[in-house]
Amino acid sequence: MRRRTALGYGTAALGAIGLTLFVGWWRVDGPGAPEASGRLPLPLTEMDFRLTDHEGQPVGPDRLVGRPTMVFFGFTFCPDVCPTTLSDISGWLDTLGEDAGQMNVVFITVDPDRDTVEAMAEYVGYFHPAIRGWTGAQDQIARAAEGFRASYERVPTNGGDYTMNHTASVFLFDAAGGFVSMIDYHEPREFAVPKIRRALEEETEGAT
Amino acid sequence: MTKLTIPLLASLATLALTSGVALAGSEDVVVENAWARASIGVNRPGAAYMTIRNTGDEAVTLTGISTPLAMMPEIHESRTNAEGVSSMASAGEITIAPGEAAELAPGGLHAMLMRLQKPMIEGESFPLTLSFSDGGEVTVEVPILGIAARGPEG
Repeated sequence: MRRRTALGYGTAALGAIGLTLFVGWWRVDGPGAPEASGRLPLPLTEMDFRLTDHEGQPVGPDRLVGRPTMVFFGFTFCPDVCPTTLSDISGWLDTLGEDAGQMNVVFITVDPDRDTVEAMAEYVGYFHPAIRGWTGAQDQIARAAEGFRASYERVPTNGGDYTMNHTASVFLFDAAGGFVSMIDYHEPREFAVPKIRRALEEETEGAT
Repeated sequence: MTKLTIPLLASLATLALTSGVALAGSEDVVVENAWARASIGVNRPGAAYMTIRNTGDEAVTLTGISTPLAMMPEIHESRTNAEGVSSMASAGEITIAPGEAAELAPGGLHAMLMRLQKPMIEGESFPLTLSFSDGGEVTVEVPILGIAARGPEG
């Protein structure tokens, strides 16, 4: 009787291990796997979302087609990575000089609960004037992130606050809305300006 | 009663002062290039950066930070994974080997200043105290630069 119980537990344990392995496979390699992180952003022309810019104007991906575009995700309650990205981008735009004026530069918040239109307006005002801040409803932010293949997640912190994990790459598109390349947060910053120039040049090639 | 309390307090204060001096390790800590970004109001957390150099012969462990500027200051670390996703978490204790330095720099370790008591205004500065496992403390005055600052030079 005792042995049978032990056998029963053993079988259950094996079953549990098997199930765990199966669930693990399903989620990592199987049909339940998150879609490959290497997926490229859609062309802007195939994206569909409605947001509001920091001046209260309705905006969407269609607004970006016609000029080269730089887009990145973040949130204004982010003390480290986001101001660093915004100041890096401001620096690149300064380096590009007049060419920067031909680009759309958009900062999309992943934290619309705290990043209202007013909060975005106040925040982007401290960086390069070309930078636009977009916010909106949660479902529209989610659709935007899906289009760019960006991800974000709300993470609780001590004391009832929360922070946001989010894709920190900067996405570059040509004037026709096609994805050109991205600037990863890791990569040496001196690669950034040549990449942006490439997005700008594709516009020229497309136009001629 | 008061006659008794005052000498007692005085001796306690003396004890506290001397114990702050007679330490191994943290007196060899040198903090360089401290800077912080200005904040917008007090609702968003601030961040401060610096190089914490251990010039001594023994490892030192940074256990915490404090400042009158923020109710909840903590050393945090930002990380960006292979998928390009950035996250941030408390860094815990930081041990610095002899002759080595801990770099608190944008995109990595930083002093996260939560629950700001007043706005961080460009041009002002604030004291930040680093506490070490040997009981020693090092206080630095951190200059506040612009929101778009990229390093100690602005």
